[in-house]
Amino acid sequence: MSTITPTRAPHEDIPTGHKPAGRVGGGLFDPKQLLKSFPDAIRKLDPRIMIKSPVMFVVLIGSVVTTVLAIKDPTDWFGWAITAWLWLTTIFANLAEAVAEGRGKAQADTLRKAKTDSVARRLTKDGKGEEQVPGAELRIGDLVVCEAGDIIPGDGDVVEGVASVDESAITGESAPVIRESGGDRSAVTGGTKVLSDRIVIKITTKPGETFIDRMIALVEGAARQKTPNEIALNILLASLTIVFLLAVVTLQPFAIYAGAEQSMIVLTALLICLIPTTIGALLSAIGIAGMDRLVQRNVLAMSGRAVEAAGDVSTLLLDKTGTITLGNRQAAEFVPVKGTTEAELADAAQLSSLADETPEGRSIVVLAKEKYGLRERHQGELSQAEWIAFTAQTRMSGVDVDGKQTRKGAAGSVITWVREQGGQVSDDADTLANKISEAGGTPLLVAVKDEKGARVLGVIHLKDVVKEGMRERFEELRRMGIKTVMITGDNPLTAKAIAEEAGVDDFLAEATPEDKMALIKREQAGGKLVAMTGDGTNDAPALAQADVGVAMNTGTSAAKEAGNMVDLDSNPTKLIEIVEIGKQLLITRGALTTFSIANDVAKYFAIIPAMFAVVHPGLDKLNIMGLASPESAILSAVIFNALIIIALVPLALKGVQYRPTSADKMLRRNIGLYGVGGLIAPFIGIKLIDLLISLIPGIG
Amino acid sequence: MSPVLAGVLQLLALIAALALAYRPLGDYMAKVYSSEKHHRPEKWIYKAIGANPAAEMRWPAYLRAVLAFSAVSVLFLYGLQRAQGILPGSLGFSAIDPDQAFNTAASFVANTNWQSYYGEQAMGHVVQTGGLAVQNFVSAAVGMAVAVALVRGFARSRTGELGNFWADLVRGVFRILLPISVIGAVILVACGAIQNFAGIHEVGQFLGGTQQWNGGAVASQEVIKELGTNGGGYFNANSAHPFENPTPFSNLFEIFLILLIPFALTRTFGRMVGNLRQGYAILATMATIWIGFTALMMWTEFAHHGPAFDVSGGAMEGKETRFGVGASAIFSVATTLTSTGAVNSFHSSYTGLGGGIQLLGMQLGEIAPGGVGSGLYGMLIMAIIAVFIAGLMVGRTPEYLGKKIGTREIKFAACYILITPALVLGFTAAAMALDTPANSMTNSGAHGFSEILYAYTSGANNNGSAFAGLNADTQWFNSTIGIAMLLGRFLPMVFVLALAGSLAEQKPVPETAGTLRTDKPLYTGLLVGTILIVTGLTYFPALALGPLAEGLAS
Repeated sequence: MSTITPTRAPHEDIPTGHKPAGRVGGGLFDPKQLLKSFPDAIRKLDPRIMIKSPVMFVVLIGSVVTTVLAIKDPTDWFGWAITAWLWLTTIFANLAEAVAEGRGKAQADTLRKAKTDSVARRLTKDGKGEEQVPGAELRIGDLVVCEAGDIIPGDGDVVEGVASVDESAITGESAPVIRESGGDRSAVTGGTKVLSDRIVIKITTKPGETFIDRMIALVEGAARQKTPNEIALNILLASLTIVFLLAVVTLQPFAIYAGAEQSMIVLTALLICLIPTTIGALLSAIGIAGMDRLVQRNVLAMSGRAVEAAGDVSTLLLDKTGTITLGNRQAAEFVPVKGTTEAELADAAQLSSLADETPEGRSIVVLAKEKYGLRERHQGELSQAEWIAFTAQTRMSGVDVDGKQTRKGAAGSVITWVREQGGQVSDDADTLANKISEAGGTPLLVAVKDEKGARVLGVIHLKDVVKEGMRERFEELRRMGIKTVMITGDNPLTAKAIAEEAGVDDFLAEATPEDKMALIKREQAGGKLVAMTGDGTNDAPALAQADVGVAMNTGTSAAKEAGNMVDLDSNPTKLIEIVEIGKQLLITRGALTTFSIANDVAKYFAIIPAMFAVVHPGLDKLNIMGLASPESAILSAVIFNALIIIALVPLALKGVQYRPTSADKMLRRNIGLYGVGGLIAPFIGIKLIDLLISLIPGIG
Repeated sequence: MSPVLAGVLQLLALIAALALAYRPLGDYMAKVYSSEKHHRPEKWIYKAIGANPAAEMRWPAYLRAVLAFSAVSVLFLYGLQRAQGILPGSLGFSAIDPDQAFNTAASFVANTNWQSYYGEQAMGHVVQTGGLAVQNFVSAAVGMAVAVALVRGFARSRTGELGNFWADLVRGVFRILLPISVIGAVILVACGAIQNFAGIHEVGQFLGGTQQWNGGAVASQEVIKELGTNGGGYFNANSAHPFENPTPFSNLFEIFLILLIPFALTRTFGRMVGNLRQGYAILATMATIWIGFTALMMWTEFAHHGPAFDVSGGAMEGKETRFGVGASAIFSVATTLTSTGAVNSFHSSYTGLGGGIQLLGMQLGEIAPGGVGSGLYGMLIMAIIAVFIAGLMVGRTPEYLGKKIGTREIKFAACYILITPALVLGFTAAAMALDTPANSMTNSGAHGFSEILYAYTSGANNNGSAFAGLNADTQWFNSTIGIAMLLGRFLPMVFVLALAGSLAEQKPVPETAGTLRTDKPLYTGLLVGTILIVTGLTYFPALALGPLAEGLAS
């Protein structure tokens, strides 16, 4: 299986988003954005755009109707006031959407700058010559050459050479990354810049459909399609609108019978107050803002559906390395065999690791220094020393100095070496190594050959170090009803030990891509939604199968193609945040829907007595807010209805506050806040507006 | 004992009796609808109608069977009434006029039992017992069958199959409704309800003059009238008539019968979906609304001012002295919150607010506890709407009983909740806007408006009770209410069965700590709120101009 091999340190020291509360809060909302987006809001008044939101389309028609009526009777201040506020309601709704989109537009502009028209150096068919062609004329399968300083003309895979590439145009990260042919680090993205060396790239996407093109479309919202849940909610809102339309249209004959015929203006005002305008106005802004919150975390969701699915995920497949544990194992202790002291062993271990530049090797030197006070020596200090560097083939490092040979490495390699040197391996060494293995660690043997012959001195215990705070996070996930499964190539014993330490629910040891795929299918067969991260080509099928497949930007283009999200930071821990953002999006949608519907109660209490108390004085008892006059009551309800949209724009963009907790607690909190709050708030709001209005001479 | 205390005690006795019957009946019904065995008489019926009771039906097939059976029932009942003049055992009554015959046929097949005729002056034994009483059984069984099909939609996975309509229909009649009816009829006869095939008696009155008394199979029809939430009385006075409802005990027993199956079906539901707590949550929602409405009704009927009220201890106009205010209030809430529509008092005579409670009870969609079967499926639709809104607030796309509420499901639920408001408000508005229908009103002003609003509310929601005062035997009302009853009954069934089919095809979503718990009091409270706000608010303007205007006037 592939593990994440970050080409640069991806924020590992500070697990992103590990703040106690409100961690998926969105960017700040700047009131200035409202002004800036105003022209866009006006442009959106086009009926062809408005019809996409049935609720707001009804408001638009209502605004037109009252405008016509107001023009017919220009002396009626009430008609003009209602008309003005209905138009404002429509514009406020468009403003919400425009502001949400505006935030993506700035990002898109930055991306566009990266997409300068580059000239590609295409290899001719015979493979010998080069020709200059515009980047836009490249076809899939073309081979292009890029050298230091060149902008990569299109997405593709490196087929020849190694280069360091500056991908800051896309990721915002200035440290260069290594791209090389073969393996899982071969993908390059058009618009990024080669900093050194020469590579040959095989183009894998058509111009206009490159990663950067898709990114621009996504952040701009051009590619935004309504998600399934959004469509379903729209259907419900449309049906509520029809119900209230019926209630209002049929009211006129009843009113005529009662001797209180109503003007079209009042009926329109009643209708607009009753239909769920608040959620109708904010629904698309909520969706756009949800995607935007991901973009702000450098995650690109290829579809809104994926973000929604993230909220529903019930199983998380997490790669051990880089997600649960720090990238590498670290030396935890030195265990000497009988007849050797710990200090001797530590000294030998340090000496033999000086030529080992791997993180494991470094950690041995660090441990020797921290625990045994051994000063770190440098290779240059020891003259005539022959250093044996660690390689993947020998799996050993060491040094020959003063006739003494010291070696450190994988158990098998060291044992072979000792035997080759004519030494004996004591049973003791074997037992110690086994003990460490059983505990989930990795034993490294330290051996020496001097005048006493070749022999094993002891064992270094290498341990996976679980990232700080992961246990608590998994605990939170459990409370949210999400199961975590650790995926690792380790043997079951090692895997179990780490799984227990990290507190994951389950683990998959010695995992092959097939195992991973089987696990996903098994979970899905049980009705669960699965999220995973991956970067290698062999991860691609599993990424495609998973409901939320987050490909690392460092991964192959096959992996990026298969997943439905790409993490530009290549930080697998982010999967947890993605789930939280998905949930927050859904909660925001539900909370504002509830609020919007609960608002209706107060509006009835404002408008019905205003309409009918003239003929049925008893109905004035329903005027529990004590509103000043029928006109001010109706106007106040309409004004409240419009202002509440603007008041809730920041909430729609930021998302409601989200804390990982059980469904029960979350529901209780949100119903209290948005359900009960939605019942009460308009009573207060309408009363306050009425107080203000009644101060205007000639109205109260 | 004060009348108030008596009313409260009767209510408590009623609750206790319902609680006792709840488990055994609910479990029994679950067994009936899940059993694989067919009794011999049932097999004869299946053979006679050419149905294979073991064949599973997908939702279109199930719906076709429901509609075909109901269409045949309407035609048969219409024909029977039109032929009454030449049928034996008709007590000399002639054929019913076409518009009234259509209205009555639609009414009884739609489980509404709106009556624009006077039973004792129009219908003979054959039509009453051979036509109307039969429909009382089968129309109730159809409602239960559709409810069970929806429950199967929740309980089953990865199949579109919803069971067999013919088996559900036959079992509902023969294993549930008939046995309870036999016992119930005997009890009613013991209370003094009549049961014979006697003719018309001329009886002398105290103060001179004579009166006509009809005989008939009254007790047997009375029992299914209540048990099947039908409501069509043998006599025009319905359950206020001493031959139908002789004593305070028979009165309480009839209310018990009205509420028995609709409440117990929530247990059946819990059993069939394999989670009794889900059934209890639905039960709690229904019970909360029912008890709340009953308490409100008692309050408004007992607490009214004025000399007449003070003398009688409450609003006695239109109520029988042998029942009193309390028992009448309990009856009228039970009958309007279920789709029964039987009355033991005159709803028109209730206080203004009392009339509003009756209207709102029906307008909620007859779901607390609602008609037999229709109450359960109506409530489950509301549960889906509530889950859809609230489910989002726990951060997941909505699901109920392990089934996702996606675009398809919400489409069907949304169509369902559109139907009755459209029928009620549309027809009422038409009646108010046209010249002639208003001539049928007895009263003017807000009360007159309530009469018409009540008629269409009752028809479209398949209740059948009337706000006496409206002369509904006109071509306009017979036709429009007939249409409202048919559409109000069968259009919702289309969407319920489509929804059931869609749910049954899904694979279940496992429950986790992140799942919305729909078996908790919090959810019950939310469901009550959703019902009151979503359905109740639709009618607020209309209610304001009728009962509210009248009730708040004093």
